[in-house]
Formats: sequence, C-alpha cells, structure tokens
Amino acid sequence: MEQRRDISAQQARKMIIEFSRRANIGHIGSALSVVDILTAIYSNVINIDNLTSNERDRFVLSNGHTSLALYIVLNLAGILPDSELQTFFEDGSYLGVHPDANITGVDFTSGSLGQGLSFGAGAALAAKLQSSGRRVFVVMSDAECNEGSVWEAVMFAAHRRLSNLIAIVDLNGQQAMGYTKDVLNLQPIAEKWKAFHWDTHSINGNDISKISNTLNSLNTTSAQPHVIIANTTFGKGVSFMENKLKWHYMPLSAEEYVQALSEIEQQ
Amino acid sequence: MRKTFVNALIDLATNDERIVLLTGDLGFMVMEPFIERFPNRFVNVGVAEQNMVGVATGMAESGMIPYVYSITPFAVLRPYEFIRNGPIYHQLKVRIIGVGAGLEYGHDGISHFGIDDIGVLRVQPGISIFAPADYQQADSIFRKTWDMRGPIYYRLSKDEKSVVPNLSAAFEIGEAQFIENGNDILIVTLGTIALEAAKAIELLKISGVHASLLMISSINPPPLASLSQILPKFKKIITAESHYINGGIGSMIAEFIAEKSLHCTLIRCGIDHIPNGQIGHTEYLLQTFGIDEKSIAAKALSVLQGKNI
Repeated sequence: MEQRRDISAQQARKMIIEFSRRANIGHIGSALSVVDILTAIYSNVINIDNLTSNERDRFVLSNGHTSLALYIVLNLAGILPDSELQTFFEDGSYLGVHPDANITGVDFTSGSLGQGLSFGAGAALAAKLQSSGRRVFVVMSDAECNEGSVWEAVMFAAHRRLSNLIAIVDLNGQQAMGYTKDVLNLQPIAEKWKAFHWDTHSINGNDISKISNTLNSLNTTSAQPHVIIANTTFGKGVSFMENKLKWHYMPLSAEEYVQALSEIEQQ
Repeated sequence: MRKTFVNALIDLATNDERIVLLTGDLGFMVMEPFIERFPNRFVNVGVAEQNMVGVATGMAESGMIPYVYSITPFAVLRPYEFIRNGPIYHQLKVRIIGVGAGLEYGHDGISHFGIDDIGVLRVQPGISIFAPADYQQADSIFRKTWDMRGPIYYRLSKDEKSVVPNLSAAFEIGEAQFIENGNDILIVTLGTIALEAAKAIELLKISGVHASLLMISSINPPPLASLSQILPKFKKIITAESHYINGGIGSMIAEFIAEKSLHCTLIRCGIDHIPNGQIGHTEYLLQTFGIDEKSIAAKALSVLQGKNI
C-alpha cells in the first residue's frame, strides 16, 4: 500500500530556488514546472515503502535536467537523507544536473532525452512477466517527444498492453532554444498519444490533488498504458520566470533570488 | 552460430526463468524452437532497436536477463547510446547478440556490414565482448558467460559448420587460444577469421614457413596474460580481422606491443577503407580486403621477406 507523505510543494519550490542559487545553476524554470507532478507522485501515489524490494513501484525521471526538483521531493518525502542532498553539485557528489542511479531513491540514471520511456516499458513488461502488480511512472518533458525513440516506446507499450506503465508529459511548452510550437510543433499531442492507443488524460499539471486523483484512478492491471498530459506553467510560482525562455538555462542573480523567494513565501 | 545460440539459450532458459529473448524483427527460421518452448519469454519488439535495448535495460533492472538480437550494426550501432547509458552504465545483465559479423551479409551492402562493432564497444570499459571463432567455441562461450555481471556483446557468425582445427571448443574468459606451429610468425585473429588463418598456416607450411595462431575470442576482458606469454616469442606478428583495421584486435595488439615495449613488427590486416559499394559473397569480400587464407599467407611471406616494414 502506498504510504502517504506530507510534502509541501511550496517548501520544495523554496528549496529549488535556494539550491540553484547556491550552486549557481539554471534549469530552474523546468524544475518549477515539474515539481507539482513529483510532489503528487511522492505524496500520494507511488509505493516505495521498501526501496530494496523488487516489488516497489519504479520511477524514471526521463527529463533528467529537472533533477533538482526530484532530489528535493525525495528529501521532503523522507527518502533522500539531508546529508546526501547537501552534497548537491559538490565535487564527487552523485547529485548533479541529471539523476544517477547511485542516489538513494533513484532507479535509473537519465540525462539523454528519449530513453526513459523505453526503460520504463521494460520495467513494466518485466512486472507483467513476473506477475507483479507494481507500476512504473515515467516523467517526461514535452520537447523530449521530439526524439523518435519515444515513439518506438509508445508503440511498443500500447502493443504489449502495458497497463502498469504511466507516462506523465510535462507540457510546459518550452525547450532549450524556443517555444515548442516554434521549434518542432508537438500539437495535437494528446491526440497523438490517443492515436497510438494510450489511455490519455489531459489535466492541469500544477494541480497536485488533480494529478494525484488522476494517477490513483488508473486501471493498472489490464488494457492500455496511461499518459497524463500535464499542462504546466514553465517557471511556475515565480512571476518573472513564468513562460520565459531565459530560465531554461540562466542562474539567479542575487536580486532575482531574493524576489523569487519572497514570491514563493507569499503563496 | 545462430542455431547454436538458440539451442544454448533454450538450455539456459530451461534452468533460469530470468532469461527472455527480444528481437528487432529478425531471426526468422532461427528462433522458432525458443518461441515454441517459451512463448511468453519471447518478444519481437519490431524494427526498433533503440527501444529494444531500452526495454532490455528496464527488464534487467527488474532482475531479468534479456538477450537482444539483431544483425550486427542494428544491434550495436543504432542503439549505441542506449547501450552506453542503459546496461553499461547501470551494469545490468543485458546480452546483445549481433549476427553476421564482419562481411557475412556480403550481398546486403555497407548498411549490413559489421565492421566497426568491436571498435565502438571496446572503448567502453563496462561491457564484456566475445567473438567466437567457430560454432563449437560459441557454445562454450554462451554456457560459460551467460550469468556474468554487467552486459555482454556476442559477435556471432552465420557459419554453423566450420571448425578451427585443434580448437576443440576451448574458451576461458579473458584468455586467448594459442595453436603453436612454429616461431617464424604469429597470426592473431578475431572471431571466424581464425578459420582463414588456420588454412593460411597450412599454405605457409608448403613454403617452409611455420606460423602459429593466436585466436582472440575474449576481447573484453582482454587476454592480457595470454598476450604477455605469447607475443614476446615472436618478432613478426600479423593481425587479421573482418573489421576496420582501427579499433579491433589490430589496435588491441598495437596498444599491447607499445605499452609493453615489445620489439616486433606488426602488420594489421583488415578493412582499411570504406567499402566502395561492391557487394558479393563473403569469400569474395575477404579476398578484396586481404583477409582470406591466400591473402594472409601472402602477407606473412612478404613480411618475412622484409617487405611491408
């Protein structure tokens, strides 16, 4: 049974700002976009009570560049110890820009876009073959769907009826050098997944209770794999970051840091 | 070796439920015995080799031992980054089967030639690489290596009949197999080019030249102790492989000679330029690239006569 954990998304956002400022790194907008999805999964959905059991649910952060949000949510969930989190971006740490399977609570190393859904499909197929009820959650970015390998995995999972596979696409509309609609248009993305025979849900990806309820309502024992098209706001919670391309890469200045923290604390 | 593989896999899978077989839609008329025996442990992923390796990674993380199967370039080159980031980095028991190594798909053209697989995989420290010299040795390799830690690449030939004289299925992980015939020159081979070299050695005998054969079937881990023992005995060494001359065993031997400061002459035989588009029987292509029995014998003679130095 999944353990309920009390994770504050506001606290997670605050820590994203603090840690990214301390390390002087970017990818802040993506972390703020995905953090509600991760909060929902680790608060209310995923079964990882025993991290060493093969029966635990699996999680893949396929858009690995949002890892800071994952580290913080894992920490707030009581999985990643403070001592490990505090090594973030230090020389010799495993906690870098992209998650590594050596980190407590991380199942798969990622960083190269377009690979995580295949890993997840394999984990889901293995669970079926091993007659296990465990589920596999794969969080992806929208721009990641530019990769052809994503669609190989999409076809495969539907063909094998991997109902225990749940993909969550963080549809924030941005990628490294522009808006997704301008770089390589993904729309109509929900219809694409539906056409590939996935059980498709398009929801507000910054609404934690909506995400949790949707994920917990899925039939993961038979029929189709599931995809949540999570409509998110890039840079959510910090006004000057929201939907601004700059925050894919740029770190915070001292002034921006103060303003960002102040805005989050007032929410 | 494809039938040898499937038969060995059936035996292994009978005793270990973790074993599953994935194919990128290849293996027609080869895999049927496995499919009939284990229908639920066979997955044709379609023509999607990146996803195949990714799926195998996820399965292996869940405790299974997936074998993924395709023609060499589609098994290695197409999903290369998946192999690197998946089973190699995570050190998972994914087994990659590449068939038709070298120039065996001779009529299919450059897209199907497996002439760079060893080179691109040998740079990765975390994957075992085995290239059987004949089907008997292939059987030994499958049964001695299947449960090794981390991923394995098996470079397989389509040859199900030929046997290297006196090899007798010998194989040990991290060792090379040596067949001593004399100290005039050493021929070092990769995989089934041992068959050509063995015949070349017979041709050389007619000319009064006594050549020995060192077969490298364990590329990673490399056969360092064997090389230390055998190479210093020779002043002239030829490598022969159905692979580009860079990156394969020619490179391995060159590295070893340089690092150990051995005083010998090395001639590397293999594919030394982009195949120009000509197709043909494997025998024809081996002649074209100078790695058939006659070419190897001729090369040995010219080296001994002081040419090519």
